[in-house]
Amino acid sequence: MSAPTAPKFIGAPIRRKEDPRLITGRATYTDDIMLPRMVHVALARSPEAHARIASIDTSAAAAMPGVVEVYSGADLKDVIAPLPCVHSIEDLKEPSHPAVAFEEVRYAGDAVAVVVAESAVQAQDAAREVVVEYEPLPVVVDVVAATAEGSDLVHADIGTNIAFTAVTDVGDVDSAFAGARVVIEERFVNQRQIPIAIEPRAVVADFDAGYDKLTVWSSTQVPHFVRLLLAAVCGHPETKIRVVAPEVGGGFGSKLNFYAEEAIVAYLAKALRRPVKWNGGRTEDILATTHGRDQVCDLSIAADDNGKLLAVRATLYQDLGAYHQLLTPVIPGLTVGMLPGCYTLEHLQVTLHGVFTNKTPTDAYRGAGRPEATFMIERAMDLIARATGKDPVEVRRLNFPAADAFPFTTATGMEYDSGNYQASLDKLLEMVDYDRLRAEQETRRAAGELFGVGLSTYVEICGIGPSAAMTAGGWEACELEVRRTGGIVVKTGISPHGQGQETTFAQIVADGLGVTPDDVEVLHGDTDTCEQGIGTFGSRGQAVGGAALSRCVETIQNKARRIAAHLLEASEDDIVFEAGKLFPRGVPAKAMDFQQIIDAAYVASQLPPEIEPGLSATHFFEPSNFTFPFGAHLAVVAVDKDTGVVTIERYVAVDDCGRVINPMIVEGQLHGGIAQGIAQALYEEAVYDDNGQLLTGSLMDYAVPKATAIPEFELARTETLTPVNPLGAKGVGEAGTIASSAAVINAVVDALSPFDVAHLNMPASPQKVWRAMQGGG
Amino acid sequence: MTRIKMTRIRMSVNGVEHTHEVEARTLLVHFLRETLGLTGAHVGCETSICGACTVLIGGRAVKSCTRLAVQADGAEITTIEGLASDDELHPLQQSFWDDHGLQCGFCTPGTILAAHDLLTRNADPDDAEIRHALEGNLCRCTGYQNIVKAVRSAAASMREAGGTT
Ligand code: FES
Ligand code: FES
Repeated sequence: MSAPTAPKFIGAPIRRKEDPRLITGRATYTDDIMLPRMVHVALARSPEAHARIASIDTSAAAAMPGVVEVYSGADLKDVIAPLPCVHSIEDLKEPSHPAVAFEEVRYAGDAVAVVVAESAVQAQDAAREVVVEYEPLPVVVDVVAATAEGSDLVHADIGTNIAFTAVTDVGDVDSAFAGARVVIEERFVNQRQIPIAIEPRAVVADFDAGYDKLTVWSSTQVPHFVRLLLAAVCGHPETKIRVVAPEVGGGFGSKLNFYAEEAIVAYLAKALRRPVKWNGGRTEDILATTHGRDQVCDLSIAADDNGKLLAVRATLYQDLGAYHQLLTPVIPGLTVGMLPGCYTLEHLQVTLHGVFTNKTPTDAYRGAGRPEATFMIERAMDLIARATGKDPVEVRRLNFPAADAFPFTTATGMEYDSGNYQASLDKLLEMVDYDRLRAEQETRRAAGELFGVGLSTYVEICGIGPSAAMTAGGWEACELEVRRTGGIVVKTGISPHGQGQETTFAQIVADGLGVTPDDVEVLHGDTDTCEQGIGTFGSRGQAVGGAALSRCVETIQNKARRIAAHLLEASEDDIVFEAGKLFPRGVPAKAMDFQQIIDAAYVASQLPPEIEPGLSATHFFEPSNFTFPFGAHLAVVAVDKDTGVVTIERYVAVDDCGRVINPMIVEGQLHGGIAQGIAQALYEEAVYDDNGQLLTGSLMDYAVPKATAIPEFELARTETLTPVNPLGAKGVGEAGTIASSAAVINAVVDALSPFDVAHLNMPASPQKVWRAMQGGG
Repeated sequence: MTRIKMTRIRMSVNGVEHTHEVEARTLLVHFLRETLGLTGAHVGCETSICGACTVLIGGRAVKSCTRLAVQADGAEITTIEGLASDDELHPLQQSFWDDHGLQCGFCTPGTILAAHDLLTRNADPDDAEIRHALEGNLCRCTGYQNIVKAVRSAAASMREAGGTT
């Protein structure tokens, strides 16, 4: 974008435009939508992890007060098509995923019946009266055991639990290992996480029979995908579906999906000719919203005795859960792709198995495949340091590509756009005074304390992504409309739910057109208003959505210049557009206000035939590559010798996400992201028992960190622009999460080095840490 | 079909008197949201952990999902909708805005009201006291740092303004 003046708003920590409604209780989340004659849906869900449905009797439920209708899976299987998965994986096994199970249930929480009643409590009461006779089937829980010959099967019809195996083989791994002085083997576990957006998913639908129009409000990150897939699954024309993502209370990838409830509620609104609402609350949200991570990886690392990384060999098992949701099998591909981290590596061999188990499906969760990769490669760096007796800083520096090596192509074929890994690490070390920190460690260790320092120098893949590398389009769309009054409307295809683009997009327009952010209204999350879009995920809001907006700003600038040139009888190339004024270069006295141009565009009487009336622009931005933000994080921890409790004493991070539009918002994204990575490192784990029962099925058992469990963060930035989009922005939504788990675990392992602990899997709970100190690592 | 017994309750919400018939099992949060249309109190769990439903009853922060509407008979309730006066934001609302103490905003009404309770008891809390007071309010977006900052700066501006609001 050719900013006509020095940026005034881009780069400024402006307060968010979205906040007034949120802090006064005037925002409308899906569950706040209450329509006349609305009925409520409750789902009866399977308590069994794997069973055949021998019989189902809905008559008692149907007789309950207020009940309008009860449906079994069999009633719905011909009117709601199986749920889709979007992928381009060769030979992927795709067992049918019915919205409501009718022959077999495959995880505890699989829906078996749908109850519609006049009130939510009546629907819930009646759902309890649905009588299902289950014939238990063997339950598959362990992802590695599930791949063994003769294992019990999640889907008997496909004859295996392995949905796909993908082999990546680059260089000559065998020779590299044969010649290596240092070989390390370790099993890395990225335990299953439950996303827990604080707003549980909810769906409302309404059908206008006169227009044959279906409107669906859903707590989603991707309203346009929901529109498309509703059309496919419910057989209603896409042109007669409107999907609205109203205020959305967090997503973190868990609302980047197409869920059974969206299809069910939409179908019912049409079938019953009444508005319909479903809100499963936290309990159902935990069972029936996708989980994240859940990988086991046997990793071998080869290095020379200087600490130079030579080769990586891995067998990676991704627990898919019971079915493919929208992107389930695609996520671990990101782990493989990012496994080299920010290091030069020539030889790599990864065998990835996507494996079904009788658990809730996994899918994207903040970082989606990259935190897993970072955890492994950053742990590997520390393991190499340990084996070679070098400092972890030294080992990392030795393996970084040079700052002038960009664009840099990795062993897995990623082209890292821009970077300077030395610079962010140097800045971090300076901030913490690394030498002093290590000296303090000596002193405190000598005094008998367990004190650890952990690094994570990460790179991630963002700005998702070029359509060629995606299955359903990676572009983003935007419309920019200058109205006659001078008010400006942005209609974007991204669907923010906390990321603040109502503000940052207004900043971009304000600088581009010489107005203030208050003059700019940013609309999103309504497919009738913002007709095309992909959505908000993969840290793409700014890097792809913002880029589409930049193109629109440029188009408006150019048209305004053309109109001014005509009115001022000057050549278009000579017109300067600066701070809301347009004038021939060097003749500011002849300046016209932007508003005069707007008037001319709409009154149109003075426009020549070759200039169309109006002042609006639409663009689809297609990124030429992903973006690769990076940075260096450091955690300082103390471990209590008697209890194993880990306390983070300091957390310092230097991140580089390219151009920053609003530093306040960027810091907020990092805070939240780092906290989620710390949560994985220390607290959170979805635990299933051998019967496939989720033992952490409520917030009493699943340890989302409270304010007292998260430290204060010290943040700084370097700024390396990306050439991939006109803004130079790389994206920042997931960086914190991707970096922080590894930093914390590296610090914990460092703290435990007096006990000769080499590795610890997450979460580093007091019990696990204490056991490691007793030699039971 | 059994007839559902209804109970008449009266309460003052944000300074307005309300009288309604409710089912005995109706939770206060559902009464506020569905009967009074005050949807600023959110429901984020069924186990009294998340605090998204927090309101003030007699000035004290209460999780409205753990109270029955009938238990609030005669109570004086403030919800997030009633916190600003004459279109002027409460210092806590102002500081959450200024300090970026929210992202998705779902936890925010409850967190602001829990902080309000703290500040009426302790006009000058330190960070540890703020974090402790907010243990009953989960936020998944902010990592808490800017929430703590916002409460600190609201406390300062309230002290400057001479205490109570
Ligand atoms: S809704 Fe979670 S504590 Fe009340
Ligand atoms: S701002 Fe989203 S949960 Fe707190």
